[in-house]
Amino acid sequence: MSVEAREKRQPWILLSPALVAVTLLLFVPLAFIVVYSFWLRTATGADQTGFFLDNWNEALSDPFYRDILISTLRIAAITTLVCAVMGYPAAYFIARSKGNKALLLLMLMLPFWISYIIRTMSWINILGVSGAVNWALIEIGLINEPLQMLYNETTVILGLVHFLLPFMILNVYVALESIDISLEDAACSLGSTRWQSFLEVTLPLSLPGLAAGGLLCFVLSAGTYITPLVLGGPTDAMFANLVFEAIITQLNWPLGSALSLMLLAVLGTLVLTYNHFLGMGQLMKGLG
Amino acid sequence: MSAVTLTNIVKRFGSVTAVHRMSMEIANGGFTTLLGPSGCGKTTTLRMIAGLIDPSEGDITIKGRRVNDIPIHKRNLGLVFQNYALFPHKTVAENVAFGLKYRNVSKADAQEKVRRALDLVQLPQVGERYPKALSGGQQQRIALARAIVIEPDVLLLDEPLSALDANLREDMRIELKRIQHRIGVTTVFVTHDQSEALAMSDKLVVMSNGVVEQIGEPEEVYTTPASEFVARFLGTSNILDARCTDLDTSSVVLDVPGIGRIEVPRARAPHISGKGAAKLVLRAEKLTVAPADAPGDDAIALPGTVEAVDYQGQAARYFLRLGEIPLQAINMIDQSPFAEGQAVSLRLRPRDCAALPSTE
Repeated sequence: MSVEAREKRQPWILLSPALVAVTLLLFVPLAFIVVYSFWLRTATGADQTGFFLDNWNEALSDPFYRDILISTLRIAAITTLVCAVMGYPAAYFIARSKGNKALLLLMLMLPFWISYIIRTMSWINILGVSGAVNWALIEIGLINEPLQMLYNETTVILGLVHFLLPFMILNVYVALESIDISLEDAACSLGSTRWQSFLEVTLPLSLPGLAAGGLLCFVLSAGTYITPLVLGGPTDAMFANLVFEAIITQLNWPLGSALSLMLLAVLGTLVLTYNHFLGMGQLMKGLG
Repeated sequence: MSAVTLTNIVKRFGSVTAVHRMSMEIANGGFTTLLGPSGCGKTTTLRMIAGLIDPSEGDITIKGRRVNDIPIHKRNLGLVFQNYALFPHKTVAENVAFGLKYRNVSKADAQEKVRRALDLVQLPQVGERYPKALSGGQQQRIALARAIVIEPDVLLLDEPLSALDANLREDMRIELKRIQHRIGVTTVFVTHDQSEALAMSDKLVVMSNGVVEQIGEPEEVYTTPASEFVARFLGTSNILDARCTDLDTSSVVLDVPGIGRIEVPRARAPHISGKGAAKLVLRAEKLTVAPADAPGDDAIALPGTVEAVDYQGQAARYFLRLGEIPLQAINMIDQSPFAEGQAVSLRLRPRDCAALPSTE
């Protein structure tokens, strides 16, 4: 075999384990889901194979699903916004700090060492009826009865922000880190105040990182079902909870498949739009 | 009036003193260079003038106004960085116009000023392009245009040429000098490159370890170094132990072991204040290597041998030995250089020598 042929083959050889895994664990199951979504669940509970559009018809026309999809996107949008507002200053602080940067980044990674579910459940010990906040408020005499703070949309968003903030900070941090620090000095020397030079120079240059972090936060929060399950009330279901409900509780795989493909289509469109305008490069930087 | 004065400036970073009791005056319209090895405090000094860092002690005035407590954006300075620091998301014209936005300049005036600045740096065509579409040398010209378009009181250049490759660097230093001369802006230039410093400056400030070693015109600093550090840092020097045996207003008499009695002009030994230990400074290019049998002239001739030769094309650098004393000479050559091991005659003239007090 010639050297050129060998060099040409080498990347494929190196990629093959990953390609096999992605094919077997992602594309094949996804194909199953697509097929499932056209089957039909009969009244007896058996799945009838074939090509039926009933599930799609139900998923796309029932206002119940539409409303939950809209509220899911709203919760994801609010979560993303809160993460951006809270995460940007933190990322800026880490990027501009001298010396202890490694420690700060380690502290940012620390929550990942604990399961996401446990982190979410920890809010019950803080905000629950017998949680830390209520206990403290009763102890200092501000209230007599514990406040009902859990199980609403706000706590769902709180839990999501808690989960997703590090992703936002990391993405913005990577963008800020790649900006030459002398650009702000140059802007100041030309007559702009620190704040003006931030708005004119640093902020626009860090927007790709902010957008990448935003996309991650949005997609991950729109696809979550643990957080609303643990911290949400009965009316706070998000779209992924419907999929969970259909497949796990009702064992209705065909409907669950159609619903999950619907969510995939919405989020996929969002990712493709992002990719069209900004490209995937920044996202990869933030993840790596 | 001086454009910039520093009075007893001290800058400490934690326990490290980067600049120690520095005082100097920078003349209006002149080109002053802060020269020294890395870590000597030259960039720290520039950044204190700019207002990017605050001095721990001492006063800085610009055009007679004390600026210690005036933030950088109100100092009206032009700053050019080593890495250009152009805004990558703005076009060249927007970069150059940036400082004008904060200066009550009408849009039409701003356009005209930007056009003239781009003309001055000889890049009138690139206004609509983005910085990354330009070469390093062009980017540095744009950075210069951006700094001078605001008509700064002082132009501060922080190693602006060191990111460019060698040929471009020499072109740019002529260009920079031309522009500075044309607009007459007071300029403070920081470099570790002695040839840049010698070629461009009206005034040279040589620094080492946070202390000013010497301030003077380039020729004065080169020919009459004020310290052994300056003598070693600029050019190649032979520095020999000597004793001052006699001195008067016109000359200083040194007794140099291995060479003998040398009468150095007083002007070349301004810091010798009395008899005793001293140093003789002889520039490598002032030590001439001649064939051993060459006829004598007015120079002192000493027998020596060539130990090694570093051939440089138009010149050769010789590592020589005069008895026990190692010497270096850099001579222009028009034929083959002397060979290693060859016996030669070393020629030196007392009027080319300088003398320093011994610091030991």
